[in-house]
Amino acid sequence: MPKLTIDGIGIEVEAGTTILQAADMLGIEIPRFCYHERLAIAGNCRMCLVEVEKMPKPVASCAMPVGEGMVVRTNTPGVRKARQGVMEFLLINHPLDCPICDQGGECDLQDQAMAYGRDRGRYHEDKRAVADKEFGPLIETFMTRCIQCTRCVRFITEIAGVPELGALGRGEHMEIATYLNRAIDSELSGNLIDLCPVGALTNKPASYTYRSWELKKTESVDAMDGLGAAIRVDTRGNEVIRILPRANDAVNEEWLSDRSRFACDGLKHQRLDRCYIRQDGRLQPAAWPEALQAIAARLKGVPAARIAAIAGDQADCETLVAMKDLMASLGSPHLDCRQDGAKLETGVRASYLFNATIAGIEETDALLVVGSNPRKEAPVLNARIRKRWLKGGLTAAVVGPDGDFGFRHEWLGDGPATLAEIAAGRHPFFEVLKAARKPMLILGQGALARDDGAAVLGLARTLAETTGMVKDGWNGFSVLHTAAARVGGLDLGFVPGQGGRDVAGIVAGAAAGEIEAVFLLGADEVEMNALGSAFVVYLGSHGDAGAHRADVVLPGAAYTEKSATWVNTEGRVQRGRLAVFPPGEAKEDWKVVRALSGALGKPLPYDGLAQVRERLAAVNPVFATLGAAAPAGWGAFGGGGPVAGAPFVSPIDNFYMTDPISRASKTMAECTATFGATCGCNHQKTGTHG
Amino acid sequence: MTNPEPATFAFTPENLARAKAIIAKYPEGRQQSAVMPLLDLAQRQDGWVTRAAMETIADMLEMAPIRVEEVATFYTMYNRRPMGRHHVQVCTNICCQLRGSDGVGAAVKQELGVEWGETTEDGAFTLSEVECLGACVNAPMMQVGDDYYEDLTPDGARAVLKALKQGDAPKPGPQNGRQFSAPEGGPTTLTDLPLGTEKA
Repeated sequence: MPKLTIDGIGIEVEAGTTILQAADMLGIEIPRFCYHERLAIAGNCRMCLVEVEKMPKPVASCAMPVGEGMVVRTNTPGVRKARQGVMEFLLINHPLDCPICDQGGECDLQDQAMAYGRDRGRYHEDKRAVADKEFGPLIETFMTRCIQCTRCVRFITEIAGVPELGALGRGEHMEIATYLNRAIDSELSGNLIDLCPVGALTNKPASYTYRSWELKKTESVDAMDGLGAAIRVDTRGNEVIRILPRANDAVNEEWLSDRSRFACDGLKHQRLDRCYIRQDGRLQPAAWPEALQAIAARLKGVPAARIAAIAGDQADCETLVAMKDLMASLGSPHLDCRQDGAKLETGVRASYLFNATIAGIEETDALLVVGSNPRKEAPVLNARIRKRWLKGGLTAAVVGPDGDFGFRHEWLGDGPATLAEIAAGRHPFFEVLKAARKPMLILGQGALARDDGAAVLGLARTLAETTGMVKDGWNGFSVLHTAAARVGGLDLGFVPGQGGRDVAGIVAGAAAGEIEAVFLLGADEVEMNALGSAFVVYLGSHGDAGAHRADVVLPGAAYTEKSATWVNTEGRVQRGRLAVFPPGEAKEDWKVVRALSGALGKPLPYDGLAQVRERLAAVNPVFATLGAAAPAGWGAFGGGGPVAGAPFVSPIDNFYMTDPISRASKTMAECTATFGATCGCNHQKTGTHG
Repeated sequence: MTNPEPATFAFTPENLARAKAIIAKYPEGRQQSAVMPLLDLAQRQDGWVTRAAMETIADMLEMAPIRVEEVATFYTMYNRRPMGRHHVQVCTNICCQLRGSDGVGAAVKQELGVEWGETTEDGAFTLSEVECLGACVNAPMMQVGDDYYEDLTPDGARAVLKALKQGDAPKPGPQNGRQFSAPEGGPTTLTDLPLGTEKA
């Protein structure tokens, strides 16, 4: 390994490391625009010039590999002069419009001009102007500000796998553009805004509404999909202005999907900010005591076996455990957290986890995706698969919905029959999996949320066992969830008890009059019209399908408005923080359940968040450890029996609208209009779409 | 302005065979290297590089259309707009200018009745002002299609264009009787050496 000294400090690094990376390891700051640690090296901004002994000219440290005995200096007068020169060139064509630029205050160019530039320029001629481009409803462009670092081109080509951006023309006439000036059809396009070191690409929905220094930053986790990406919620007053990703190498690296990033305007619309009681067919505003009293009065004398609860896709674990305890104390076994009817079981934890872990995707060498469109269901996870594929040596195949996932794969078939063939060893891909060092199976909800889901789960288990996916130090059996609440719900056993009904059973029971009261915890994807004359209590944040059907509406908190726990698809227990307070009279959901339990005369034995969390850990010890994805033990699960011939269908019809928040978001509505037919992977609606 | 972009593009059978031969020159997995000769081939077929041609080439080489467009817009010799049958490129760089390219340019403009960058109404000529074409020793010069016409005078340039208008093929090279870039009026040294059949 080469040894070198940078500014007199010796360091030994792996061969192939660049000078800039070595300097970063030492904590020596070298300014840069085009270099980004997760993108290919371009070496075109020249801001990272340093002096190396015995080299005649300053060298671009981002693109220069270290050599044995190199003596690098980053703080000589020569380096300072070189940086000033580069900065002066960059500012020749960059407009000095910082006061009206949204990037102002968090702009790399601004900061580095302050730190490394001169206080005046010598250029008096006309600056160039570039026509703005149309990148779609999410990204505002000011192409005159572009310094042509090409980070956006590299990101969209390498990470997102959608090679739509390029640098057209040459020299002074070079412009960044999409092919035919089309909108960028990627689920990860918002990351371009973070990557752009200047104000050329900015947040369109939030443009001109904030200055970065006005915002309060709260570190939290995302609840818009099953991934649980690390996010930072930027707020001003009691308003969420924007959501940005935080770095978490285990989950999202530093990327975030467009829905998670841009649906935040949905937090301002369609909100439930007070209680409502249905009177004479219309929802009338009510105060908390009245609403709780109305529920207690209606449930008085109703046998527990006629009460049911369904949890939605964004419910937090505190609420789930409170609701489960309440149902237990009432004596009802009818509760379910699998709104879509996925045939998942709670007995073996490994049966419903993404056991390989997201970071583990980078180790697999043979991948079978079953019943899932990973690009729409978890774009950030899909970027990991692409990253793995780009490294070479990955054989991937798909059973179920096919599409452009950004990694090369073979399409084997569309339904359970193909899966059965592979599981029985009668398909060539069986041998591929068997021969692989770390084979992996991604099982989507599209394969499980169907009548023969249990049999499909059984087939998948057989396949995993016979191909050696489950072994010491590796478990390739990976269930990809689309709902943030799902794994937490299964961990807490929020499933039908002895003799209990599942979601389909509850709905059928309500229609038949056998279920008299249904609690919906933010569950909006249930067939509302089928609930018959049941008394429906909706606890949630948005006036979506559930609230429209409800007899009593209790306003709850959205995921940015509570300190709460979610478990991601890998089984990683993560805690979100309160960034803003719930609007109006809305309360954190578990507190509402606690208050409800009091009104029903069965008070839950906890009054504070700490006690609820103790209860969580008591119900399932996994809740005692935050942030880790612990390996789960293998066991027997899944059903047998015949599988149907119907093809697998991805659960996501429209990537931009999957939950009450994104359905209330104007930005997501614009995306749906812009990307129209291409935003979903299966264009026919299924019964679970509210 | 109407969009001149045709909806489709297809190589002629002849050119398709040529394209396949070009692609075959590159090792497996490196077919994208053929993008530049293929763009040239398409331009020779249509006179300019159409969007449909870029998309066809992108398909043939399994690359994104934007990557092809990047190449086609980077190089000035790929024309991204319809061109006349003859592309007249007059050099106005320093050597040609010192040797009278201003007069050549004016004569060409007058003869064709168009300004720089324009195409004649009959679609026969497109006139461009270009940077150095590397024939300074024979300045001033202009390029028509693939051929260089050198040692021009305003009248010489007119004569070339007149011949082209009549459908003739004027002889490329120096228009003042000079042998290539040998001294005007014949060799001044090594005069006793036998010269080949190309003797001026």
